[in-house]
Formats: sequence, C-alpha cells, structure tokens
Amino acid sequence: MPGRATGPLVLAALALLLVPATVFAHQETGSVTGIVSGLKHPVSGMDHVLAMISVGLWGAQLGAPAVWVLPVAFPMVMAFGGMLGLMGISLPGIEIGIAVSAIVLGAMIVTESRPPLWIAAVLVGFFAIFHGHAHGTELPAGSSGLLYSIGFVAATGTLHGVGIALGLVHRFRGGRLAVRAAGAAVSAAGVFFLARIFV
Amino acid sequence: MRTIDRRPLALAACSFAAALCLAPVEAHAHLVQTGFGTFYDGVVHLFLTPPDLLVAIGLGLLAGLCGSAASRGVLFALPAAWLAGEMAGSLFPASLTLPWLTTVSFGAVGVLVAVNANLPRALLVPLACGAGLLHGFVNGQTMVAAGTDRLGMIGASVSVFLVITLSSALVVSLRANWTRVAVRVAGSWIAAIGLLMLGWLVRGQG
Repeated sequence: MPGRATGPLVLAALALLLVPATVFAHQETGSVTGIVSGLKHPVSGMDHVLAMISVGLWGAQLGAPAVWVLPVAFPMVMAFGGMLGLMGISLPGIEIGIAVSAIVLGAMIVTESRPPLWIAAVLVGFFAIFHGHAHGTELPAGSSGLLYSIGFVAATGTLHGVGIALGLVHRFRGGRLAVRAAGAAVSAAGVFFLARIFV
Repeated sequence: MRTIDRRPLALAACSFAAALCLAPVEAHAHLVQTGFGTFYDGVVHLFLTPPDLLVAIGLGLLAGLCGSAASRGVLFALPAAWLAGEMAGSLFPASLTLPWLTTVSFGAVGVLVAVNANLPRALLVPLACGAGLLHGFVNGQTMVAAGTDRLGMIGASVSVFLVITLSSALVVSLRANWTRVAVRVAGSWIAAIGLLMLGWLVRGQG
C-alpha cells in the first residue's frame, strides 16, 4: 500500500531535519586543504587539462621510447618552471605560452609529426615551464606547500596517464582518426585561449 | 498467523550481557595503556611525514632499479642509520626540521630514480646511510620534543624497514619494460615535488 510505503520515508526525511549542522563541519583545513587544492588545481583549468592530455596523446602516437620519456621529463621540467615562479623569477608571455602549447601540441597530434626524440622532449619541456610557472604557485593561504606540490604533481601525472590511455586507441584505424580529431580540438581550443588574451 | 518464539534469543542476549559483566578488567588493557603505544606512534609517524615517506619510497625504488644485490645492503643500512640518527637527534630535543636538507635529499633521490641511475652497492649504501642519518636526526629531535620516547623511534625505524623492503622488492620483481619506466615516472614525480618544495622554501611558505 502506498501509504504504508511512504510513511518510513517521511519519518526518515523528518529525522534528517534534526541532524545538526555541525555534522558537516569538515576538517578540511591546513594540510588537507593543501593536498586537495593541489589535486584539484590541474583539473580545474581547461588549458592545463588539454595540454597535459595532449602530451600523453602525442606520446602514444610516437610510441616507445617517447611515450615514456615525455611523462618522465614533463613533471620535472614543469616543477622547475614552478620553482622559478616561486622564486619570483618572471617569464614573459606566460598565458600566451600556455595557449600556444595547446595549439602546437594539438597540431603535432593532427599531423602525426614524428620529430627526433630530443626535439619532442625539448618542445614539451619548453611548454612545461610555462605551465609550471603559471599553475604551481597558486597555493591557498594557510596550506602546506609540500602537500600542495604532492597533489599538483600527482594530478598532472594522472592527466598524462589519461592521455596515454586514450592514445592507445591509435592502434585501431578508427581510433587513429579519433586521436587526430582530438588533436584538432585541442588546437582549436588553443586558438580560443589565445584569442581571449588579445580580444 | 505464526508467532515467533523470541525466548531463546532473549536468553542468548542475557547470557551475553552476563558474560560481558564477568569479563576481567585486564581485557581492556590496551597497548597504549601498557606503554607500548609510543611504538605505534613511531610507526605512524613515517606515514604522516611526507619528506620522510618520500625519501624512504624513493630509496626503495632506486635500490630496486639497481638490482637485488645492491638492494640487500640498503634494506638494513637505511633503517639502522635512521635509528642512529634518531638516537643522536634525541640528545638535542628541538624543533629543527631542516626542511632545506630533507627536501634536497628526497628530491635528489627522485632525480636518481627518474634517470635510472644504476648505482653500485658501494655508492648506494652510503647514500642510504646519509639520508637515514639526516631524516632520523630530524625525527629524533622533533619526536622527543613532542614527548615520544625511544620506543617510538624504534617504531619509526621499523616502518622505514617495511617501506624500503616492500618498495625495493616490488621493483626488483618487475620484468616488463613499461613497469620499470613507471617506476622512473614515480621518481620524476618525487623529484618534481622536491623542486616545487625548494621554491616554496625560497618563498617562505614551506
């Protein structure tokens, strides 16, 4: 009977009203805030997300050893860029560099470019400095710098992993086309980011 | 309508309650109350101190990449050096966390893992001893200042032994090429965290 079935639900709903607000008083302060902010930061900006996934996609296209070299090199170079920012060493055209990174990395994927490994590593490393400089320094007040860094690096590396995993479809005929289409979308987004800076 | 006889259930509940009343007080003698709690404080301390955990994991990964022969020396050298450092640090109770040195130590270990440095045992063991003495010294100072006794320090060293044993054994057992590269990626993450941390220290927000 509907009346009997809804009775417990109504009682449960009324009971929920009695739950004190202090139940929701999370302990997300200090160190916890640091690691959560670090984990969230790389995935909260589309420019960063697209560039990181592009590194993975391009690496998957290039195959071994690039697919492993790029994710090994990128976090260290990105952190070097972040360190420069933290030390107060400014770089010109940070936002432009980030937008151009999406355009160039997307173009590399679309055209399936296969430059020598050292050129690919230098290109990715160059853009990594801009991403690290822009994003590594945005620590919320009162948080632990170390835990923020752990979260930031882990989230960025995970985005590379997502890119590599998505890029594995490159082995199939349809997947190859899909990866190139994804590269085109990244490039288009980069053009949008660039236009937003100047317009 | 069939009725359910609840008497056996009630009898069982009463028996259980009576048995609880007869339970000796000593049954509640938790290890914390018997003085063994600080050991567990020390065990947990490693997992709540990111620089210590990163250097222990990093050295485990490095030892694993260097092979089983090199690893065996580190398995005992690191916890022993850690304990010696803790004992030395406990003589000078203070809150000197030496963040610059501890950051450089785990960052450097991360770089060595990332570049797949194949260190000989003669180099790997002194490196582990140096890191163990440094981090142990900081542990000893801060743990004594926080009221932890030497049993806690032994607990921390046991944790270090467990972490380095498990991490190096895992890496030694890896055969597929991509799994070893994944270890190097983990090293690059540790190095990246160290670089960023150096920046935070320059800025005064470490």
